[in-house]
Amino acid sequence: MKQKDYHCENGGATKTELEEAREREATASPASGSSMMTSAGRASSSNARRTAEPPVKSRPPFPWFGLDIGGTLVKLVYFEPKDITAEEEQEEVENLKSIRKYLTSNVAYGSTGIRDVHLELKELTLCGRTGNLHFIRFPTQDMHAFLQMVRQKHFSSLHTTLCATGGGAYKFEPDFRMMANLQLLKLDELDCLVRGILYIDSVKSNGPSECYYFENPSDPEHCIQKPYRLENPYPLLLVNIGSGVSILAVYSEDNYRRVTGTSLGGGTFLGLCCLLTGCSTFEEALDMASRGESTRVDKLVRDIYGGDYERFGLPGWAVASSFGNMMCKAKQESVSKEDLARATLVTITNNIGSITRMCALNENIERVVFVGNFLRVNTLSMKLLAYAMEYWSKGQLKALFLQHEGYFGAVGALLELLNPST
Amino acid sequence: MADCARKGRTRDSMDKSITLPPDEIFRNLENAKRFAIDIGGSLTKLAYYSTVQHKVAKVRSFDHTAKETEGDPLYEISVQEEITARLHFIKFENTYIETCLDFIKDHLVNTETKVIKATGGGAYKFKELIEKKLRLKVDKEDEMTCLIKGCNFVLRNIPHEAFVYAKHADSEFRFQNTHPDIFPYLLINIGSGVSIVKVESEDKFERIGGSSIGGGTFWGLGALLTKTKRFDELLQLASRGQHSSVDMLVKDIYGGAYSSLGLTGDLIASSFGKSATTDKEFSKEDMAKSLLHMISNDIGQLACLYARLHNLSRVYFGGFFIRGHPVTMHTITYSINFFTKGEVQALFLRHEGYLGAIGAFLKGAEEDNPNQYSWGENYAGSSGLMSVSPDLNPMQRARSGTFDMLEMDRLERQLVNLPLLQDPSSYVPDTVDLTEDALAREYWLSCFEDALDGVVKRAVASQPDLPQAAERAEKFRQKYLHKLQTLRHQPFAYGSLTVRSLLDTREHCLNEFNFPDPYSKVKQKENDVALKYFQKVVMSLEKLSWEQRQFALVKGLLAGNVFDWGAKAISDVLESDPEFGFEEAKRQLQERPWLVDCYNEWLERLKGPPHKCALFFVDNSGIDIILGVFPFVRELLCRGTEVVLASNSGPALNDVTNSELQILTERIAAMDSVIQTALKEDKLTLVQSGSSSPCLDLSRLDKALATVVLERHTDLVVIEGMGRAIHTNYYAMLNCESLKLAVIKNSWLAERLGGKIFSVVFKYEVPFKSQELKQ
Repeated sequence: MKQKDYHCENGGATKTELEEAREREATASPASGSSMMTSAGRASSSNARRTAEPPVKSRPPFPWFGLDIGGTLVKLVYFEPKDITAEEEQEEVENLKSIRKYLTSNVAYGSTGIRDVHLELKELTLCGRTGNLHFIRFPTQDMHAFLQMVRQKHFSSLHTTLCATGGGAYKFEPDFRMMANLQLLKLDELDCLVRGILYIDSVKSNGPSECYYFENPSDPEHCIQKPYRLENPYPLLLVNIGSGVSILAVYSEDNYRRVTGTSLGGGTFLGLCCLLTGCSTFEEALDMASRGESTRVDKLVRDIYGGDYERFGLPGWAVASSFGNMMCKAKQESVSKEDLARATLVTITNNIGSITRMCALNENIERVVFVGNFLRVNTLSMKLLAYAMEYWSKGQLKALFLQHEGYFGAVGALLELLNPST
Repeated sequence: MADCARKGRTRDSMDKSITLPPDEIFRNLENAKRFAIDIGGSLTKLAYYSTVQHKVAKVRSFDHTAKETEGDPLYEISVQEEITARLHFIKFENTYIETCLDFIKDHLVNTETKVIKATGGGAYKFKELIEKKLRLKVDKEDEMTCLIKGCNFVLRNIPHEAFVYAKHADSEFRFQNTHPDIFPYLLINIGSGVSIVKVESEDKFERIGGSSIGGGTFWGLGALLTKTKRFDELLQLASRGQHSSVDMLVKDIYGGAYSSLGLTGDLIASSFGKSATTDKEFSKEDMAKSLLHMISNDIGQLACLYARLHNLSRVYFGGFFIRGHPVTMHTITYSINFFTKGEVQALFLRHEGYLGAIGAFLKGAEEDNPNQYSWGENYAGSSGLMSVSPDLNPMQRARSGTFDMLEMDRLERQLVNLPLLQDPSSYVPDTVDLTEDALAREYWLSCFEDALDGVVKRAVASQPDLPQAAERAEKFRQKYLHKLQTLRHQPFAYGSLTVRSLLDTREHCLNEFNFPDPYSKVKQKENDVALKYFQKVVMSLEKLSWEQRQFALVKGLLAGNVFDWGAKAISDVLESDPEFGFEEAKRQLQERPWLVDCYNEWLERLKGPPHKCALFFVDNSGIDIILGVFPFVRELLCRGTEVVLASNSGPALNDVTNSELQILTERIAAMDSVIQTALKEDKLTLVQSGSSSPCLDLSRLDKALATVVLERHTDLVVIEGMGRAIHTNYYAMLNCESLKLAVIKNSWLAERLGGKIFSVVFKYEVPFKSQELKQ
């Protein structure tokens, strides 16, 4: 998304959006009113882990946002109240409606902003209000375009607190103030991440499972995704793969520790792919990777030893040297861009796998949850991680994944907004 | 990989064949046996065992039952041929493998060898070539087993083998003491991939992990990104690059540091995180740098995770990714420091490139039991650590590194720690590390250079009847001068540079050109002269009161020590004025209080009960040993203290050797009943130190000496002379009483210590424990 795009589109769309919004709000409110009961009922019946649910009292004014500004992507969660009463509607300022309308009626914003519709959580009760939770992302490099839009929509007039986490909350804080006249409430990204995960998992405990794993990861034919109930989840190793990687050992809701991290993350995959293949997006890179063959690029154990290296129990198919074949000019010429993309993906993924496995051993933790946007639409990496965890630990470690991959930080930020103590 | 490297080289139009100077490379091939070869991606390492015939000076006592005539020498000196064992290791580029094999075939004459042990990735590829050229059967050995065997061998036998690398420190290399127990340790071998091996004992090791992101990844990915073919060039690019233009740093995300986690702004958050864009070009240098950081950090992180899991603190790095490259040693060191917060140090090895070849060789030599011997690095025949200056252009480096050699001499004695060392693991023999002290380094290098003429002259004079003495002496001069020049530029070439290593290197170079004992005749003459005065000295001592005598004995010991050819100031005087006498020496000595003066404490101690047994490390021949040491020893014996006299196994300067001392002792015994009785009753014992150095390394002493020391319950150690008590062992901590005494016969050193020339050091030390017991 280029700054210009945001500008034009928003500028041109504002008026019609507002009109449409009014119509839609009018028809939607009764339905949401009734669903509030359902939601609340479900909430109370669900287990005791729903501590993340803040009390009804001292509810902040709408709009409710949670923002997570990462190195590559900005993740935005937006709570769309569906239980707005007629009275409320009357009082609701134009700006607020306009924002709601804009966000909920579109699935794409500018040329790079995207709402992940399939992740939307419907009829969610938050702070006594019922509504839908929307998940939106756009590249961090378009932050200024986003700020332009925020200014245009006079966000500052709503006197709301904007809870933001991720490094960008710090980096862009002056920009939010200068360009959009907004004061950010900066939150620690790991606090938000942990809180967000626990919350989403708790609210989805009755619906389709948030957490899943891969059965038979070593057998591509029979490898299937299976739901997993993340009950009594502690201790847990949490691996957040964004541009870089953070690995946390989580012992309870508020007792966690960042064990280590690595700079070889999603940003490395995309960065290297761009340099090696000339691609420009994550989707493009993944698509190429899905069609490539890494064994032409990597040097395998069998390329060196002719088969298994039995002395050390290394199977012939194991990668001995990532990109090892590329030391040779002749072999360089025989590989495709797809092969290179695949090799990059495999290299980064396996490396995360092996660091994770060592951390799990050092921390004596058997369950590993992988999150972060590197895993978005990246079944290849997830299956690789699932396989690597199981194979190298001889079945001791279990790799778990979450549907809302990269949005937990933003969710955590939103929850902080609703937390009366802040 | 090997294929690629070869093709690359040929295209770079490097000569494939070269003329090999046989007296420099592949030496002693005539007697070579037991070959081993390690063929890596670009370098071949050849190992063989040879026997070296070299001249040694032997002394033999005349039959003295016959009536003595004035002017008859005390003993006879003859130069004899002696055969010792030597290990040769030669490293060269794979490009030259054919030339080298041809050369070996042509020069290999007397060998019964039928097989050649081979290891390394290229061993398979070159199998046929080797078998065809050398008519030896190639016997392949497991790479990792060889690597570990080699690693154990160098760690055990080469002092200062391991070092830590500190790019911005005064000396880049900080060498580690050899820990008496080398196990357990972690070896991280960074070849095309990474292997992490835990070594628990000589035969027990386990590959506990590894990573596919290694040297091959740097090379392969680097080649793709920068279109640069050669590994060295990639490192060059990297050393000039700025990674922050390619990497996403914490500050790029946070605007500053992520303080709550203690992550600084300059930390890499995402390697190549900024290159995910199509509208920007990145320089080769920057990409190479980013890649280097990415890979080094990743390896460092895994190494730390494994070290922690297995609770290991000694972590050695090797493999072609490391091999003497300052760039990678620096990034790996940085990474280890970062991930362990300084708890673990990254250790590197001087002979890392030879480990596989050494191990393969040892595999083949198992029947000879090479591990039961001690070995020593021959400074004359070894290239030392190559210059690793990153400014050197890679072609130059490749060339200068074309033929690198390591030679190890089998020592006739097995060497062990002095059992009286307080803490063997922290014992450092040398007082000043010239690698770190630039001023001292400059002084000593010049000092040795200035003294060279004299040494050459002395060497020629020592062999009036032997052929080509002058030519050989000239070759010696060239070689030693070259070593000194090398050390001026690369003080770290053979580990920490010390006065001891400079002296030892000179001895090795002299031996190399068949000057086994240039001072033999001088020593003979001085011994003769001194013996004539022995009885007179003893008699005059007997006349003194007890207290006067004690002081006279110490003074005699010190005056005797003035007679030292090793010190330039003295060798000048001795050369010009042979009448420079014992009395004159006494007059030259500094008046009390001495520079270091513990005489009063020593005298007090002597008023107490006698020592059980004294171990005395002696120094020079002539007046020193005969008129200084023997009267002192005689007094100890009279007090009821047993004495063990430890002298050098082989010659070094004018130091008295064990065989000379045996003859001298016999002669003195014939004149003196105290000595005679002590010898007869086994109260006076002569042992050899196991060393042929003018200095003393208490961690490498003859095993027999260590046994005697324990058996006799030694409770006093006397160390005499500049080489043994000042240049080395000045700070050595023993767990019994010790006496370190010397006359500083070098004005520079004297000034440095705060005194003048002929200042006296008389250091009497009592370990903490026994002091408490006494009180």
